[in-house]
Amino acid sequence: MALLQTLLLRLVTTAVTLFGVAVIVFFVIRVVPGNPIAMMLPPGATQADIDQLTALYGLDKSIPQQFLIWGLGVLHGDFGTSITLRQPVLALVLGRLPATLELSVMALVMAVLVGGAAALTGTRLRATKVEGGIDIANGMALSVPDFLWGLVLILVFGVLVPVFQISGRVTPSLQLPFVTNFYLVESIVRLRFDLTKDLLSHMFLPAVALAIPLAAIIGQLLKQSLKETMHLDYVTLARTQGYSEARVIWREALPNAILPTLTLVGVQFTFLIGGTVIIERLFSYEGLGNMAIDAVINRDLPLIQGIVILFAVIFTGVNLVVDLTYAALNPRLRHG
Amino acid sequence: MNLSRRSLLKLSVAAVATSVALPSFAQAIDELVIAYNVTLPSWDPTTGPSAVNPTIQGLYQSVFDQFILQQPDLKPAPGLLTEWGWNDDKTQVHMTVRDGVTWHDGSPFTAEDVAWSLERAADPATGNPINFVWSSLANFKVDGNKVTADVKQFDPTIFKWMYFLTGYVLPKAYYTKVGAEGFEKAPIGTGPYMVDKFEQNAFVRLKANPTYWGGKPDFDTVTIKFVTDAAARVAEIEGGSSHVTLEMPYEEYDRLKGSMNGYATPVSNIGMIFLNDIEVMLDPNVRKAAVAAIDKQAIVDRLLSGYGVPIDTLETPDYDAYDASIKTPYDPDAAVKLLAASGYSVDKPVKFTIQTTKGYMPKDYEMIQAIVGLWRKVGIEATIEVYEIAKHYELRAADKLAPAAFYNWGNSVGDPTTSTGFAMFGPSPHSVWDSKDLIDMIGPLWGEKDEAKRIAGWKAVDAYIAENAYVIPLLQYVQPILAAKGVVVTPHHSGALLPHLMKRA
Repeated sequence: MALLQTLLLRLVTTAVTLFGVAVIVFFVIRVVPGNPIAMMLPPGATQADIDQLTALYGLDKSIPQQFLIWGLGVLHGDFGTSITLRQPVLALVLGRLPATLELSVMALVMAVLVGGAAALTGTRLRATKVEGGIDIANGMALSVPDFLWGLVLILVFGVLVPVFQISGRVTPSLQLPFVTNFYLVESIVRLRFDLTKDLLSHMFLPAVALAIPLAAIIGQLLKQSLKETMHLDYVTLARTQGYSEARVIWREALPNAILPTLTLVGVQFTFLIGGTVIIERLFSYEGLGNMAIDAVINRDLPLIQGIVILFAVIFTGVNLVVDLTYAALNPRLRHG
Repeated sequence: MNLSRRSLLKLSVAAVATSVALPSFAQAIDELVIAYNVTLPSWDPTTGPSAVNPTIQGLYQSVFDQFILQQPDLKPAPGLLTEWGWNDDKTQVHMTVRDGVTWHDGSPFTAEDVAWSLERAADPATGNPINFVWSSLANFKVDGNKVTADVKQFDPTIFKWMYFLTGYVLPKAYYTKVGAEGFEKAPIGTGPYMVDKFEQNAFVRLKANPTYWGGKPDFDTVTIKFVTDAAARVAEIEGGSSHVTLEMPYEEYDRLKGSMNGYATPVSNIGMIFLNDIEVMLDPNVRKAAVAAIDKQAIVDRLLSGYGVPIDTLETPDYDAYDASIKTPYDPDAAVKLLAASGYSVDKPVKFTIQTTKGYMPKDYEMIQAIVGLWRKVGIEATIEVYEIAKHYELRAADKLAPAAFYNWGNSVGDPTTSTGFAMFGPSPHSVWDSKDLIDMIGPLWGEKDEAKRIAGWKAVDAYIAENAYVIPLLQYVQPILAAKGVVVTPHHSGALLPHLMKRA
């Protein structure tokens, strides 16, 4: 019952949040300098030409009027038409979302595996040089932003040892038999492992660039939680019962220590998706982030609105899932 | 066999390295890969913002032909139109359409396509941002391979627009059948390459048009990757993932040109500082001092590694109205005297704001920093304000730029109307200096029917502008291109990187 109440409350707050985001993004992008009409004015355009273009894109109406038209459209599933791409916004953003989700999830998996392994190893070998090494590596990973990791990876694996692909999502010459834009998932489902390999070779470096800082955060927090848990009485009891240290960490300490990390992973995942904007650009990866940068450069107002709304839906959705998962895993919350 | 952990690790790394897809770059290039610096938003070359983006034109020109061919030296040549001109009293235009050309779907290209494309370009409902140019022609008539039209308003540059922005021929029957959305999904043209596969923001894969009227291109397949980050483009070509790329930092160009084919070509794009007729810029001494205090050659040499051509007017040497006799020499002593005449000195400097982009053009911000430093030495204290290019466009259209504002101006047809004309004619939304003397001087030139007189008139305008320091022309940009040893590139002075002008070495 408590879980249901939590769910309902979160759904309501999510709806309010999304509306707030819609209002803010709509008005903010219209008051910041630079408008799409000025961007496309050719030499010699007259005021009449400017007026004509402004009317063509519906920008001649007042901002509240524009918001009303757009808002009503959104309620009917019509997010407008992109000014630069001349296609429906909803189809565009949904078409790009799978690429970004696959990249983000791959980065998240990498970060959880590497960060988790670092935390477990550091806990198991605490107070040794290995733990010191892990701490130094974590510090380095955290002190460099993801786009700089991206540049380093491009230099190392694109130029010095050209092992991985450094641009795009898939090799252009390959014929893709896919019906969805979840290329990686579909290549596995269809057992087309040749395509899976190609997709992974394109995704690997951007995913690593995104994963490095998150892995460091996960590693640090989980190690700290494990250390605190290892001093609790029930863990000491397990030790006195003769369990191995590895089993004590894995079976006894980890289930409790992981809860704060889980919350953090949820929050950080949303940041990770935000990080795809720069990383996708750097690696010319055809995801939502790359499209967002073009939309901003070109002042493609309908497309910016669509992308921001979609990002907001993802962020609030992820937070909702994290909260519910936390509630489900935490006995105190689960039982009210 | 005993394997140590270290050996095992080495073997694992080697196995991973060989198992992942390596960029397939053999000595013989089967598929040309180009790392391009912009993305392609839309396939219709006549509508929307991308239609007026000069950098994208190279992509369009790979698939679509323009009415008139523009050669690498910017000069026109017979293309889909083999002959064109006005009647004697310039009330009509006539065009002859090339025979034997086919669209990429195999259907014949006809004079109807030319007439329809011109009529469509003039229709504001299509979203052609340059429809006002095309609307100077009307009442198209087709007779065999001849097209005629009435001149509603004489525009001496109308045929130049036929190899400039939005001057593309589209397929009437196909476009009418599939509509705008269908055309976006499967565009066809008469150009040297056909679209095989297109992933927005990622790449376009092109197949050579075997029946291209200009001869089949050397490379059967070309992949153009959209790599907008300059560092990533350098990595692309350095690591062998791409064969050709462009627009990298000049330092990188110098570093790599020894091991590759390097091309550094002056293109039809200039750096300039708009002066606005407000505040201290109304004082001619301040304007003239600002011009005289800039050592353009030093800026080119020290900031752009020598890649740039200092200019004194808005015309580059390959433009029609270029006049080498117009000079605005670097003379800091003269600048000091001019400022002194208006009561300014190093101790009591004249102050104004200069706006600039940062990173939009090569070393734009650094150039302005250097100029501000040079100005400081003669008694000008300029405050730099950085803005986005979108803000520049907005402020310029509203005539609200600061007293000085850096900008770049492209003019791939090389006509004075599309450089000095639109940049300096007060009523144009792109003009910043709006004084009546200049409007009166430029006004009659728009409709001048005598070509020699027209060009001479523009040269006089350029001389007048230089004399009065209404704008500060800085330099003509040089476009760096790097290509693998197996590829020979013919650079185009418009700045368009055209795969059909690339050959095997």
